[in-house]
Amino acid sequence: MTEPGPAVELKGITKTFPGVVANDDVNLVVLPAEIHAVVGENGAGKSTLMKILYGMLRPDGGTISVDGRDVRFRSPKDAIAAGIGMVHQHFMLATNLTVLENVVLGSEPAHAGVLDFDGARTRIKELSESYGVPLDPDRLLEDLAVGERQRVEIVKVLYRGAQILILDEPTAVLVPQEVEELFGHLRELKERGVTIIFISHKLDEVLEIADSITVIRDGHTVATVKPHDVTARQLAELMVGSELPTPETRESTVTEEVLLSVRGLGVRIGDRWALEETSFDIHRGEIVGIAGVEGNGQRELVETLMGLRKPDAGDITLADVGVGLWPTRRRREAGLGYIPEDRQGRGLLLPSPLWENAMLGHQTRDPFSKGPWINKGGARRRTEDLIREYNVMTPGPDTSALALSGGNQQKLIVGREMIAEPKVLIAAQPTRGIDVGAQEAVWEQIRAARAAGLALLLISADLEELIGLSDTLYVILRGRLVAKLDPATVTPEELGSYMTGAAEAATA
Amino acid sequence: MSKRYRIRLLWLLVPASAIVLAFAVSSIALLAIGESPISAFRSMFEYGSQQNSLVSMVNRAVPLYVAGLAVAIGFKMNLFNIGVEGQYRIAALLAAAAGAAVTLPAPLHIVFIMLVAMAAGAAWAGIAGVLKVKRGVHEVVSTIMLNSIATGIGAYLLANYLRKPRLPHELIIQTRQIPPSGQLPPLAVIGGENLRSFVLIAAVLGFLVYVLIWRTRFGFDLRASGINPDAARVSGVSPNRMILTTMLISGAVAGLIGMSDLFGFFHAYTLDFPTGLGFDGIAVALVGLNHPVGVAAAAMVFGWVDRAAQILDLEGIPKEVIIITKGVIILSVVVAYEVVRRLVQTQEVKAAAEETRRLEEQKEVVAA
Amino acid sequence: MSWGGLDTALAQATRGRRLEARRILLLLAGVLILLSAVRVITGAPDLTSSDTYGAALRLGVPILLAGLGGLYAERTGMVNIGLEGMMILGTWFGAWGGWHYGPVWGVVLGIAGGTLGALIHAVATVTFGVNQIVSGVAINILAGGVARFLSVIAFTGHGGGATQSPQVTSELPRLTVPVLAGGKLFGWQSPDVLGWLENRHWFLLSDTSALFRGFMIDLSILTIITVLLVPATFFFLWRTRLGLRMRSGGENPWAAESLGVRVYTMKYLGVLISGALAGLAGAFLVLEGAGIYREGQTGGRGFIGLAAMIFGNWRPSGVGAAAGLFGYAHALDLRSAPAVHALLLFAAISLTLLGAWWLYRRRLTVGISTLVIGGLVFLWFAVTDTVPAQFVYITPYVTTLVVLAFASQRLRMPTYDGIPFRKGEQIT
Repeated sequence: MTEPGPAVELKGITKTFPGVVANDDVNLVVLPAEIHAVVGENGAGKSTLMKILYGMLRPDGGTISVDGRDVRFRSPKDAIAAGIGMVHQHFMLATNLTVLENVVLGSEPAHAGVLDFDGARTRIKELSESYGVPLDPDRLLEDLAVGERQRVEIVKVLYRGAQILILDEPTAVLVPQEVEELFGHLRELKERGVTIIFISHKLDEVLEIADSITVIRDGHTVATVKPHDVTARQLAELMVGSELPTPETRESTVTEEVLLSVRGLGVRIGDRWALEETSFDIHRGEIVGIAGVEGNGQRELVETLMGLRKPDAGDITLADVGVGLWPTRRRREAGLGYIPEDRQGRGLLLPSPLWENAMLGHQTRDPFSKGPWINKGGARRRTEDLIREYNVMTPGPDTSALALSGGNQQKLIVGREMIAEPKVLIAAQPTRGIDVGAQEAVWEQIRAARAAGLALLLISADLEELIGLSDTLYVILRGRLVAKLDPATVTPEELGSYMTGAAEAATA
Repeated sequence: MSKRYRIRLLWLLVPASAIVLAFAVSSIALLAIGESPISAFRSMFEYGSQQNSLVSMVNRAVPLYVAGLAVAIGFKMNLFNIGVEGQYRIAALLAAAAGAAVTLPAPLHIVFIMLVAMAAGAAWAGIAGVLKVKRGVHEVVSTIMLNSIATGIGAYLLANYLRKPRLPHELIIQTRQIPPSGQLPPLAVIGGENLRSFVLIAAVLGFLVYVLIWRTRFGFDLRASGINPDAARVSGVSPNRMILTTMLISGAVAGLIGMSDLFGFFHAYTLDFPTGLGFDGIAVALVGLNHPVGVAAAAMVFGWVDRAAQILDLEGIPKEVIIITKGVIILSVVVAYEVVRRLVQTQEVKAAAEETRRLEEQKEVVAA
Repeated sequence: MSWGGLDTALAQATRGRRLEARRILLLLAGVLILLSAVRVITGAPDLTSSDTYGAALRLGVPILLAGLGGLYAERTGMVNIGLEGMMILGTWFGAWGGWHYGPVWGVVLGIAGGTLGALIHAVATVTFGVNQIVSGVAINILAGGVARFLSVIAFTGHGGGATQSPQVTSELPRLTVPVLAGGKLFGWQSPDVLGWLENRHWFLLSDTSALFRGFMIDLSILTIITVLLVPATFFFLWRTRLGLRMRSGGENPWAAESLGVRVYTMKYLGVLISGALAGLAGAFLVLEGAGIYREGQTGGRGFIGLAAMIFGNWRPSGVGAAAGLFGYAHALDLRSAPAVHALLLFAAISLTLLGAWWLYRRRLTVGISTLVIGGLVFLWFAVTDTVPAQFVYITPYVTTLVVLAFASQRLRMPTYDGIPFRKGEQIT
């Protein structure tokens, strides 16, 4: 029996952005009807590669062939015509339209311009039956849960005749049960001959679902392996590169003094507790890590701590003072700092100069203001210090924030929060999506601040980062802290099983 | 540094070229009706450069300027106060009525009338603010509705409660005359034209607005909320309080729009009181890039065009052509600003990327 | 998951829609009964006369056209507060066309005038990405100026002037339904059955006859077309391929773009249709209303149309109902002061019923405050004899504000309404 030819073959793909080489001689071979995972750290170049394959970006060099034929995509339209479909991480759906309307939009069956609803309905039902992806075409998208919306995206792609499916971080938005369901659907699709390219940085999931795994690091393809040939540890080493051990900060600086104390915190959304009975302490000089799949209450926790959301239960004590009812500004003035997860959305004034960005969150304090007045000179001097100390690559404090690269924007935010010497710092995904150099710089800053007595709450999707930096590690699942672990002994695999609820089920 | 100046120059070039374009379009309109644009514009410039015309220009520009300031304050935090029109009419009516009802020593009387006007304008704008904060009603829709409601309620109040008792032969509906203590004498009389004193108050007002928005913490919070409300909120700005305060300030300033005419000319609220100033204020704020200095310049240009066009009727040319001039200025300016904004942004990103690379290379050299 | 379950769900969805239709009919019947009762109690026949309904229809048409115009634009994600200006252009070009070439050309040129204004809006906002509110305001200012300028050069010396046109005689065909409302049938004067019933002043029966008769007598062809536009708009936007694509521009333009929909084209189309309808509204004001162009003739109807669109929840039937309501209020005001006063009683009773309903649904604060307001309105009715005209004038605006303030969670505007869309630049 001869091996079938590859469904997709990428050869020598190269793509440069101003200042960054995103893809450098990337090679990828995907066989028909396999689930092929592409793994790598954030910023390794996975997304760029997939955008190239889907025609959203054009490569500077290299070739793409689909089913043995060389292709050149000018837009997603060409990719779709070649049978490639993509399910984006952020769904491309209209919530006010029905499932049917979302699926058929752009390739509607119609008679003389009038939509053929019956035809569309039949076709969607056929698809969803033959591929085993259940879907009700007449529901409003708004009423669907996240997992169901993802199914709409999948059917949307199948409806356009795709036989090759790209899924970009499909599990990032799902709760564990939905992940299991999704995997079920993916296996069904594979059975029916669909080729699936699965982008992820979650190793446990990749090992569970994939038939082959290609690892990308720093824009290069490092290796292609079979899941039964490697352990998660080995895969992690391939992803990170052996020369980059995670930061070891084992000499403890934890003191007895509690700086942040959270007791019985709860947040209701609708009739469901998004955060429930959450209690923990952070001491001076301690880093407390929170691990968990996204959407399990991290956002609610952070927002409640910062005063952006009112808690429905519980107390927050900052350096022995109850701050649970304080507004955000007062909390900040009392020594609470925050590195937001969405740096452009919540952390920066993009068109404003750096010195204004540096004072954001500290505008009531010296040297940024004197009484009701802004102190521009003081603010600029402080910004210059910040640029120097935190190694922000920029022409100067008058540059707009939008002119900085992602890593430098992040360094600016980290520096802005650290330089104010907060008592407690909440850092949500502090190194997400930045390059390795910037990542290491941020870790270095965090370690130094911890040594100087900072109490830090670290929320991250990067398990290595959590294990490497934390003194104490909690796992959050469905709005509750379900486990307290010792980062010195825990492995990423163990952590992963707690995060998905597998370990909880085993111990229960 | 020179790059920065070049960018500033670019920003100045936009309104200048918009004005040129506007005159070009107006010329076409004039040609279409068989008039010579050259002679029309020449007589406009001759008439417009007379001393009394310049005074009239300032008098016309002052209410526009105040209106522009009121709108700009909202724009700075992305609040579209389309309701300046209604706010200023309600304020002018109530201030005129209140001013006629009391007798106070001269400076106090003026201050009193201005305070009433500011309070009335702020209160009317506050309705839109409260609706937005408490009920999530978009301010564009609510202020549009409130403009029309202001027209109705103003007419009702004037007709039924605030009206001067009418003499048998009188047809005019207006409030009672404000006594001399509540009037402002002209600052100077130049070429037979009164230069109204309110221009000084307007200048101070513009300075205050500048200081408030660009020099105070409050102003920083306001601008931050306009650029990125989420980031502002995370930094400790209370969005609701900010919306409400901004709406109130904008409304209070809007309340002063009619004061120049009230103190210096009408001395009562009449049905002849100018209308549409609120919308012209939006135009002036847009052309002036929401900065007091820019708004002042824009108001002067509009005021001058208004005045200079008066001569056209005598020449037998419909002076309405200048409404087209103004409209084209507004439209071309907003389009050009948008284009320039994108241009400058990409330029800046590119320049910063180059500079950063240079810095990094330097560092590597030093390290080596 | 069983597929049988799906069919049940589907059947439920259809049944839901039918239930909703039944609820609307019930509500309508309730309103009619209540109005009839108020008419009998207060003895204000104009409250439900066919003349009032006819006037309401005529006055409602321009509002409806503007509202539908707003709907087309906003469904593609474009806010159009330039409707007022486009309507002004419609009045001017309608008058000019009607004066020169007769009413049909008046209609055509009115539509063209509005579309021209819309084209400017579309170029500025879609192509150049100018803020939609800003562009709308600019167009309102510009339109006023253009109309004034054109009047000076076209009308002065021909029986008009800077602010008005010469008389425009309208000869658009009109229709009165035969037999039911006494229209002519091949030259034969048919009986007026509904008119006879109306004149009996029987409770409810006469009032209902009047309602139908009002919608059957002396209808302009433009009125008929406008009313038909309501179902046509629904069919077009919700049942055709182009309609779905246009709506996708307002619901998620990035998703639409990724599926090959030409979002810019859709937005252009939405804005242009919007301007065309606003222009038609202007032409209607001239040709079917005043018979002349007058400055300020639109009187904020573009904004009322916007209000009707919001009040009608961005749906054609809702816009129709809102336009009818605003037209009715205006008609009563023009025709009969006692009827306007009687309307207070109607409002008081409605508010009381609504408050009671909310109390029954255990929404205490809303229920009690509605009851209190109802009581106040009743008090107003009891101690006064007339309602000032200005209050009638502000009714549409106040109603819209109240609806927005208290029912905004039930309103469903297009998700990306008013959000600038640039190809390839995703903001979430």
